[in-house]
Amino acid sequence: MTNGTPTHIETMTSDLLQADGVRAGATAGPIGPAVEVREVSKAFPGVVANDRVSLAFHHGEVHCVLGENGAGKSTLMNILSGMYKPDSGAVMVEGREVTIDSPRRAIELGIGTVYQHPTLIPVFTVLENLMLGEGVGVRLDVEGGLRALDRFAKTLGLEVDPHAPASRLALGQQQQIEIIKALWSGSKVLILDEPTSMLTPQGIEELEKVISQLRDEGLAVIFITHKLHEALDLGDTVSILRGGRVVGSWGPDVVKTKSRSEMQALIVGAMFGEGAGSLEDVAEVRDGVTGRARRRGLPNEPVLELVKVSVEALRGEVGVHEVDLTLRRGEILGVAGVDGNGQRELAEVIAGQRSMVGGDIRLCGESIARAGVGRRQSLGLRYVTDDRIGEGTVGTLSVGLNLVLKRIGEEPFWRGGRIREEAIDQAACDLVEGFDIRTPGTETRCGTLSGGNLQKVVLARELSFDPKVVVYNKPTYGLDLKTTLAVRDRIRDLAESAGVAALLISTDLEEILDLSDRIAVLFRGRITGIVDNAPGVERHVGELMLGGDRGD
Amino acid sequence: MVATVVTDVVSTSRAVVRGASAAKAGTSARWAWLWSLGQAIGPILLALLVSAALLLALGKNPLTFYRDIVSQGLFNKGGIQDTAIRMAPLLLMASGLIVAFRANIWNIGGDGQFLLAAALVAGAGPPLIGALPNALAFVILCVTAVVVGGGWTVVPAYLKARYGLNEIITSLMMTFVGVNFANLLIKGPFRSTTTQVPQTDVIPFKELLPRIPGTRIHVGLVLALIAVFAVHYVMTRTAFGLKLRVLGANPRAAAHAGLSIPRLTIVGFMLSGAFMGLAAAVEVLGVWGYVRADWNPNFGLPLFALVFLARLNALAVIPLVGFYAVISMGGHFAARQAALPDDFMLMIVGLILLFMTLTEYLAGRSERGGYLSAGLKKALGKGGGDE
Ligand SMILES: Nc1ncnc2c1ncn2[C@@H]1O[C@H](COP(=O)(O)OP(=O)(O)OP(=O)(O)O)[C@@H](O)[C@H]1O
Ligand SMILES: [Mg+2]
Repeated sequence: MTNGTPTHIETMTSDLLQADGVRAGATAGPIGPAVEVREVSKAFPGVVANDRVSLAFHHGEVHCVLGENGAGKSTLMNILSGMYKPDSGAVMVEGREVTIDSPRRAIELGIGTVYQHPTLIPVFTVLENLMLGEGVGVRLDVEGGLRALDRFAKTLGLEVDPHAPASRLALGQQQQIEIIKALWSGSKVLILDEPTSMLTPQGIEELEKVISQLRDEGLAVIFITHKLHEALDLGDTVSILRGGRVVGSWGPDVVKTKSRSEMQALIVGAMFGEGAGSLEDVAEVRDGVTGRARRRGLPNEPVLELVKVSVEALRGEVGVHEVDLTLRRGEILGVAGVDGNGQRELAEVIAGQRSMVGGDIRLCGESIARAGVGRRQSLGLRYVTDDRIGEGTVGTLSVGLNLVLKRIGEEPFWRGGRIREEAIDQAACDLVEGFDIRTPGTETRCGTLSGGNLQKVVLARELSFDPKVVVYNKPTYGLDLKTTLAVRDRIRDLAESAGVAALLISTDLEEILDLSDRIAVLFRGRITGIVDNAPGVERHVGELMLGGDRGD
Repeated sequence: MVATVVTDVVSTSRAVVRGASAAKAGTSARWAWLWSLGQAIGPILLALLVSAALLLALGKNPLTFYRDIVSQGLFNKGGIQDTAIRMAPLLLMASGLIVAFRANIWNIGGDGQFLLAAALVAGAGPPLIGALPNALAFVILCVTAVVVGGGWTVVPAYLKARYGLNEIITSLMMTFVGVNFANLLIKGPFRSTTTQVPQTDVIPFKELLPRIPGTRIHVGLVLALIAVFAVHYVMTRTAFGLKLRVLGANPRAAAHAGLSIPRLTIVGFMLSGAFMGLAAAVEVLGVWGYVRADWNPNFGLPLFALVFLARLNALAVIPLVGFYAVISMGGHFAARQAALPDDFMLMIVGLILLFMTLTEYLAGRSERGGYLSAGLKKALGKGGGDE
């Protein structure tokens, strides 16, 4: 976890420069935009995802694109990366009109993309995934690859086994590998679709340094994020999409001259229009959040107890080692840590998706160590997975069925084993409305929803139908600002008014500080400390997260 | 080399992202049905065209050949009844394949399950039918066939459910064992004492399954149609069917949702085998009345192509199986007329499969989605990730 110094990054990026001739042209200083879209439109059944979008992305500039969930950001990026063909409009690269009809074409044109959801090949190792694009000569230059990976990993503050299969990595780690992959072969335009959604504050800082460096090398960087401060820190140009249209775009002349709060107001106003309300003064928009005091007077009634729980570490994972945790009724216990330190293992062992090698788990006093996933669910245990595409939803089924996926065969949605479509539709409509899921309808195939809306489907399913204890793994990842706040309110509300205990696993320290009563820190599969939440606690937690202060 | 690797990366990531966002038709949904129709029929037309060229090269007249197929398989009064009779076991086996494939279970041992059940029905049939009222004997024989067919899947099903062993290999191995075991039975305990060639005793023609009045078509066809509709209903309207589909589309989501994957795998697999067994009972009791040693109609293989063409939709299978039955019954006749080996028909079916795969690829390119569910795609190694 060393901090990459600027000189370090410089060596890294200049290595990249040498490795790739294309970049030289970029530094020579071309004048026009690197990539430009003109009046680009793209419709899907029931939605217009992009509506006559015109934007220009310049060399040596970080262009931040923001917008609420389902605004059409990923669609626009998919058009640039050759995944979708626009219905109309033109795409220009270096001033020439081009047809990007395949991802391969995009790569040829020097457009590298980090997609919103991981695209690593699960059975390949990290190194194989990274080196897929190389293939010069008969043998892969494994030594060279390892060295390069090492360099990148150090810069991003990432510890990863290069020979672990990609499927074993935490999603946050996969995302970092994706970023490395896009940087690996060098490109003139770098698209990053929510690259920071799973990184820790440190990771984000490192990434921001790398991006600034790349910009100085002359790259055009397109950066999609839901976090305002990132846009303000990084963006030379900031554009806002809303309902598929560009509703605001400010170039360097404006961004550099306006104050941060003025820019914030502009962005939030454009993003949510009338609905923005007083979002701007909410803590999340401000920088430097600190802990809030632990709530007093919670009933001392343990609902979930982990006693010396251990999970075997598979290759590429850290496992879980003798974890002791007690969650009381109505309590929110944050679990902080860098992704890949046992979060998934911990969540899965509680949910019953993974077997324990030792220890016991008790729900309301009764051991559930031998209960299966379904049994634990019916006892009121819920698990909001962070892998909404991999396991959280079934993309080929309708939104409606996905909302009742964990109640298949149960009343009132099924009776005598037969489906009751009206009942499902009714419940689905309520949830779609209650959680503001943007979808053409409940019959829409779930896989077509935008990332954030998919996340809302997962949340809606887990938080309805009387939960008792909820294990959240990165509950707000991929959600836009407004929805993030709404979901946090809901988590807090469920805890306070319904006594729903929450184990809040998150890599977003700010989220943990905002919600938790107590904070446990997970490092290499062990709890390295549990502290009461209080103003000023973040320094201590931050140290624990990096493994410092062990045995505290 | 570079190019292939890049293409691989690109097509994989494309598959992943396409799966992830499950890209649908960019153009208006109104024409979607037309597209699916074209996707189902296009490969067949292309296959017929290529076969026509081959026939020409062999010095045969393709028009005569195809006319023979159609006139015999469809328009000849006896021919169309033969076609209908042939459909019965095919529909049952197709039902079994759909149940399995929907759940991402690759039961490719259908022929073994079929033959073993056929041998037992043919062995036990004559004495049972002699001793009991026919209706009762039929029921007992069908149940036996169902148990045998289903039972023959237990080993691959258990190995897959418990140890994650690849069922393609295990069910294929069970087929070898099953086919040889069936022969052993026919040449041994079930062998008729009255015939020269090794075969079972023959059930007299009038003791076979009853006919649909006014036709030669046995009631097995009705049973098969009921089975198809039942499978369609179960897969689309019931909790059990949905569970199988979830398992097939995204096994990890199935685990996450708390479904019992081992149980579903075993039940789905056995159900699939049960249909294979029932198909055997219907074919033996409705058409042959006996089984000869080394008899193997090899129904299974071409059916794979048909159920995928039907996109694993049970109702869509009916016309396709009908079409196939016309080709295969008429084809026998046409091949004989043209002095070609019977295998020529298999070649046409093979071509259809080939063009189908091609269409699948092109459909993928144009973001229109393909025949295969994401889970199946993964099983085929066409791309990972996604659901
Ligand atoms: N392949 C597809 N088929 C059908 N509809 C789609 C498809 N891809 C996107 N959409 C729809 O287009 C709209 C825009 O989606 P997009 O993924 O671009 O949103 P986004 O701005 O990236 O949102 P998020 O912040 O949640 O990732 C959504 O309403 C979504 O449902
Ligand atoms: Mg998106």
